[in-house]
Amino acid sequence: MTSQFLPLLPEITLAIGACVVLVVDLFVPAERRDTTYLLALAALVATLVATVVGQPDGVRILFGGSYIADPMSRLLKLAVIVLTFFVFVYSRPYLAGRGLYNGEFFALGLFGLLGMLIMISGYSMLTVYLGLELLSLCQYALVAFNRDSPRASEAAMKYFVLGAFASGMLLYGMSLIYGLTGSLEVIEIHNYLIRNGVDQIGALLGLIFIIVGLSFKLGAVPFHAWVPDVYEGAPTAVALYIASAPKVAAFALFMRMLAEGLGVLQADWQVMLAVLAVLSLVLGNVVAIAQTNLKRMLAYSTISHVGFILLGILAGTAQGYSAAMFYVIFYAMVTAGAFGMIILLSRRGLEAEQLEDFRGLNARSPWFALMMLFIMFSMAGVPPFAGFYAKLSVLRAVVQVDEIWLAIVAVVFSVVGAFYYLRVVKLMYFDEPVETGAFQEGGGLRAALSVNGLSMLALGLYPAALMSWCVAAVSW
Amino acid sequence: MIPLSHYLILGAVLFAISMAGVFINRKNVIILLMSIELMLLAVNMNFVAFSHFLGDLSGQIFVFFILTVAAAEAAIGLAILVVLFRNRGTINVADLDTMKG
Repeated sequence: MTSQFLPLLPEITLAIGACVVLVVDLFVPAERRDTTYLLALAALVATLVATVVGQPDGVRILFGGSYIADPMSRLLKLAVIVLTFFVFVYSRPYLAGRGLYNGEFFALGLFGLLGMLIMISGYSMLTVYLGLELLSLCQYALVAFNRDSPRASEAAMKYFVLGAFASGMLLYGMSLIYGLTGSLEVIEIHNYLIRNGVDQIGALLGLIFIIVGLSFKLGAVPFHAWVPDVYEGAPTAVALYIASAPKVAAFALFMRMLAEGLGVLQADWQVMLAVLAVLSLVLGNVVAIAQTNLKRMLAYSTISHVGFILLGILAGTAQGYSAAMFYVIFYAMVTAGAFGMIILLSRRGLEAEQLEDFRGLNARSPWFALMMLFIMFSMAGVPPFAGFYAKLSVLRAVVQVDEIWLAIVAVVFSVVGAFYYLRVVKLMYFDEPVETGAFQEGGGLRAALSVNGLSMLALGLYPAALMSWCVAAVSW
Repeated sequence: MIPLSHYLILGAVLFAISMAGVFINRKNVIILLMSIELMLLAVNMNFVAFSHFLGDLSGQIFVFFILTVAAAEAAIGLAILVVLFRNRGTINVADLDTMKG
C-alpha cells in the first residue's frame, strides 16, 4: 500500500504546501508578506526534493491505470517545478511595487503547479482532465489578479471563454474515444486500438476534437486568438507564469494522449499537426514583426515556437519526441528570462513593455543587456546558444522522417523571425537611451536573471547535459 | 428501448447549439457562459449514454467530475464577469476590443 503512494510524494507534498501557504497567509499582516513568499519557495523546494527522492526508477502504472511515474514524468516535473521557482522569484518585486503582493498569487501559482504535475503524470483521461482544469482555473483567476485593470479583466474574460470552450472540445473528443474503446485509461485505449484496428470514423472524429482542444491550450494557429491578448493584458508576472511552465505540461498532454494513447492513429494526427505547425510558424513569425509591444511580440514568438514543438512531435519517432521535449524545456526557460527582463526594467508607473523601453539598455547596464542578448539570440536560434541546438535537433528529426518541405518552411520562417529578435538587440546596443530611471530593486531577481541568461549559453555549449535526459525519457 | 444513436444525436445537437451560441452570439457575455455550460452537458449526455450501453461505470464517474468542475468554472467565470463589469461598465461581447494587433 505504501509503495502505491510513494510515487505520489511530489503531488502530496505540493498539495499540503499550497494549503499551508493559503492558510498561513490569512494570519500574516500585509507588511510581513515575505513570510508567504518564502513559504511558497520552501514548498517548491520540498516538492523538488520529493520528486528526486520519491519517484521510482523505471515505469510504474498505479491506481488502476490512472497514474504513471516514468522517466518522462520525472524530467518534466523537475522542469516545471524549477520554472515555477524562477517565476516566483521574478514576480516578487513586480507584485510588491504595484500593491498586488498578496498571498493568493502564490497559492494560486502552487495549485496551478499541482495541476501541471497531475497533467504530466495523468494516465487516464479523467486524471488528465482534472489536472488540466486545476491548472486552467488557477490561470483564469491569475489573469484577473489585478482587479482594477480594465485590460486585465478583458483578457481574463477572453481567456476564460476560449479556455472553457477548448476544454469542452477536448471532453467531447474524450467521450467519443471512451465510447469507442470502452475505457478511460490511456493504456487500455492503446491496446484496444491495436487489437481492433483503426478503420473507424469514430476514432478519427474523437482524435480531431482532442487535437483541437489540446491546440487551444498550447496556442497553435488557428486556435491562438487568446495568446496575444492574454500576454498583453495580464500583469507581467502572470504572463510570465502562463508563458513558461504550462507549455511543458501541455507538451506532456500531447505525448500522453497522441503518442501513447492514440499512437496507432499516427498517420492521421501527423497530417493535422503538420498543418497546425506550418500555420503557427508562418503567422507567428510574420505578425510578430509588426508588434511594438514586447509582451505582444513575445506572444507571437510563442506561437512560432509552438510550431517547432509540434514539428518535433509529428515526426513521431523517439528522436522527434526527445527533440520536442528539449525544445519545450528550453523555450519555457528562455521565455521566463525574457519576461524577467521586462520586470527588471519596469517600476511603479512604467510597465517597460514597449520595445522603446529597451532602447540603449547597454549604456544603462552592460551586464543585463548582455543577458537580454543571450535570451534574444537563443530565441532566434543563433549558435552557440541553446536555441540553435533546439531548432537543429527538431529539424534533424523532421528530415529523418522525410518531411523535407516541413524543415524548409521551418528554416525560412526562423530567418524571418530572427529579424524581430535582432531588432531588440539593435535597440539595446546601437540606440541612445531615452529612459534613465533606476532598475527594479531586488537581488533575487537580478541573480535569477543572470542564472537564466547564462544557462542559455551553458545549454548551448553543452546541450548533451539536457538532451541525454530527454532521450532517456522517451525510450519506452 | 431507445438505441444508443438517439442519445448520441441528442448530444451532438446540444454540442452544435452550444458552439453556435459561442460563435454567433455578439451581444452578451452571460450567454457565452450559458453556452459553455450547455457544451459540458452535451458531453455528459455522451458519457452517460456510452457508459450505460457499454455496461462500464467509469463514464458515469467522469460525469460527476465534469459536473463538479463545471460548477467551479461557472464560479470563476461569473467572478471575472463581475470584475469586468466593474471596470468597463459593459458586458457586451462587441465591446471587448481594447487590445488589437
